[in-house]
Amino acid sequence: MNDVETMTTAGSVDAQPRVKVIARGVDVFYGEKHAIKNLTVDIPDRAVTAFIGPSGCGKSTFLRCINRMNDTIANCRVTGRIEIDGEDVYDPALDVVQLRARVGMVFQKPNPFPKSVFENVAYGPKLHGLARDRTELEEIVVRSLKRASLFEEVKDRLNDPGTGLSGGQQQRLCIARAIAVSPEVILMDEPCSALDPIATAKIEELIDELRSNFTIVIVTHSMQQAARVSQRTAFFHLGTLVEEGATEQIFTAPQDRRTQDYITGRFG
Amino acid sequence: MTDAALSASTSPRRPVSAAVQARLKARYRAERRFRAYGLFALLLTSAFVVALLGDILVRGLPSFWQYHVTLDVDYKADVIDPAGKREADALRSADYSQLAQQALQEAVPGITGRQARRALSRLLSTGSGDTLRAAVLADPALIGTRQKVQLPISADSDLYLKANGGAPSATPGKGALTATVDGNDVALTANGPEFGAALAAVKDILAARARTLRTEMARIGTGGSDASKARLAELRAEAEKLEARATAKDQPEEVDGNMPSLLVGWGEGLVKIARLGPDKAEGTALLPVGDGGEIKAGAWSLRRYAVPENARKTTDQEIAFLDRLAGAGRIENRFNTLFFKAGDSREPELAGIRGALVGSFLTLLVTLALCLPIGVMAAVYLEEFAPKNRLTEIIEVNINNLAAVPSIVFGLLGLAVFLNFFNLPRSAPLVGGLVLALLVLPTIIIAARAAIKAVPPSIKEAALGLGASHQQAVFHHVLPLAMPGIMTGTIIGMAHALGETAPLLMIGMVAFIVDIPGGITDAATVMPVQIYLWSDLPEQAFKAKTAGAIVVLLAFLFAMNGAAIWLRKRFERRW
Repeated sequence: MNDVETMTTAGSVDAQPRVKVIARGVDVFYGEKHAIKNLTVDIPDRAVTAFIGPSGCGKSTFLRCINRMNDTIANCRVTGRIEIDGEDVYDPALDVVQLRARVGMVFQKPNPFPKSVFENVAYGPKLHGLARDRTELEEIVVRSLKRASLFEEVKDRLNDPGTGLSGGQQQRLCIARAIAVSPEVILMDEPCSALDPIATAKIEELIDELRSNFTIVIVTHSMQQAARVSQRTAFFHLGTLVEEGATEQIFTAPQDRRTQDYITGRFG
Repeated sequence: MTDAALSASTSPRRPVSAAVQARLKARYRAERRFRAYGLFALLLTSAFVVALLGDILVRGLPSFWQYHVTLDVDYKADVIDPAGKREADALRSADYSQLAQQALQEAVPGITGRQARRALSRLLSTGSGDTLRAAVLADPALIGTRQKVQLPISADSDLYLKANGGAPSATPGKGALTATVDGNDVALTANGPEFGAALAAVKDILAARARTLRTEMARIGTGGSDASKARLAELRAEAEKLEARATAKDQPEEVDGNMPSLLVGWGEGLVKIARLGPDKAEGTALLPVGDGGEIKAGAWSLRRYAVPENARKTTDQEIAFLDRLAGAGRIENRFNTLFFKAGDSREPELAGIRGALVGSFLTLLVTLALCLPIGVMAAVYLEEFAPKNRLTEIIEVNINNLAAVPSIVFGLLGLAVFLNFFNLPRSAPLVGGLVLALLVLPTIIIAARAAIKAVPPSIKEAALGLGASHQQAVFHHVLPLAMPGIMTGTIIGMAHALGETAPLLMIGMVAFIVDIPGGITDAATVMPVQIYLWSDLPEQAFKAKTAGAIVVLLAFLFAMNGAAIWLRKRFERRW
């Protein structure tokens, strides 16, 4: 409860936050399957928005629409409009590579490259030509690792394989890797589901710190986590967005019966 | 109470019904039976492999050694370079085998008579002249000097020395002998029946021959036609004659080439017995015996070669010479460097596998240069980029079909397309490589696709999520991770290509090629084809060469498979 109160205070500071991502009438189909139905949502800038809901309700699908990761799925079709800062994400003229540089992603299972810690973080900046020389690249890597609160733990083994770190460290490495390309939005798809409670706590702490610089969208199955880290919460059910609002409001006074049932554990 | 509860919960639990128990037992029995089958199959295959490898090694390893004779060769200036100008052409065309023969005659002095000289010259390999020529061309200063040179001996003599089965059994003589020498003919007389046992053995052979004739007569039966009656009468007469000779105990007998050879040796001399009585023997000298006279008891011995001369490649005369040379310490078994340095030859002792090895290497080089890039690119495209539709499905199915096409079909394809249509050179590693590339390509594509598929998609997603393009994600992350698998598949494909014979026969790589190929368009043959060619030759000595070449081929295959395992272990990464 205490957490939620802190959040409320934080939320009240920017009571009317700028909207970063908007979605209007989004439908997603996997072949015949209608995965998301007419979804409309606003995601505020420099805040954490949590998507909750039972498995298979479409929250991950929607998350992957924001940086068009669904493009890699052969029979996936997206209609409707998603905008970041007023720019249409599905505009054919838009370069998907540039989009993904602006919208970073952290996956459910830590997936560092089987390369050194340094190479993991340096890959994105190298790809986008963010560093002119080695020193600059090193600066970016160190800064990113520090922002992901991983630097102190790995500073002596930057050349060891990233896959040799513990699960929590690997996930923070993935976060460092994502923020190394200075994205505006970071999408997190159940980033703590494969971690133990201590590693989870560290990631949550990190998310809270990152909030001041990035727009973060997090999909989670843990309602406590949503309550702890997010300012806004959206509840999905069977491909529709049931309810969206300030986290405190969703958890204390849900408007919809289904939301109430879900957060009180009556189904899900 | 607590104790009771505890013991109740840990005691042999609830009673198991008989049916359940029977089923449990049957399950364990089935498992034991299955394990026994597996173990049996494993032992059986291991036994086969061990037997096969052992057999090949036992047959093949001797071909890595070759007997050499050490001779003092006079590099006579008037034979090699009568003009004295030291011109390379003159040095090249001189008759070096003459020098080798002269040196050999010096090593076995006192040999007269054409027959004996010819037998002596047969001991040396026909390639010994080439050995001397190479030495002189490398260093013309040798001319006019006298050098100790090791020369290979002929294949038949080499086989005799390796087999050593023809080694004589020698019985020392008990009494004294008197030798009467008349030119090459030697007559030996003894005071007692010194040769009685040997004569009895000869008579036994005659009796055995008579028995064979009698069996033959029984087979023909009493006979109907006149021809068979005449044959019967002929056989009977011959059999009776033999039986009469066999029973006449002390009658002297001829020793012919179909009987074990009998020789009498004393001092340096050796006499081959042609006619044998109980106390006297007549024969010809194989090695000079001197003037004859009295030979003391124990100073001579009677030698017997169990294998009749007619059943051997090496005559008694040649064996006598070899024994003499060996006795003088001139014969040595040396590592056969020629086997690894020379190309093919009609003379077994001169034949080597270098030509085939280089041919195989060049062929595989062409195959690898074509297969690896094309195969990997095809696999990457099909696995990562190709749209999943009817067309790609058909292509995929047909790649799998191609992997199962008999290799001879690829050979015919190569013959029709590369030779007849493109007019590429026959017997060339270039064409061989192209054909083998067709053969190996499906294997590599399938292996590469499996390896690419095995890379977890999360790695590609991570790269895509960072803003890498699809191609970057594949080339930076997926392909490097798939590389060990691709390498393994490629090496196994290459090993397959290395052992392939049939398609190469079709494109003419089966020719007798002496020269070592210098490039991919030179005529060449490959290891398995060389083995096939040698296995077809009638000379006994090529049997060992065949096995030796198989040993080398297997060594290469094992090395390649070892490299595949090493690569996999070395570059395998866990994630």
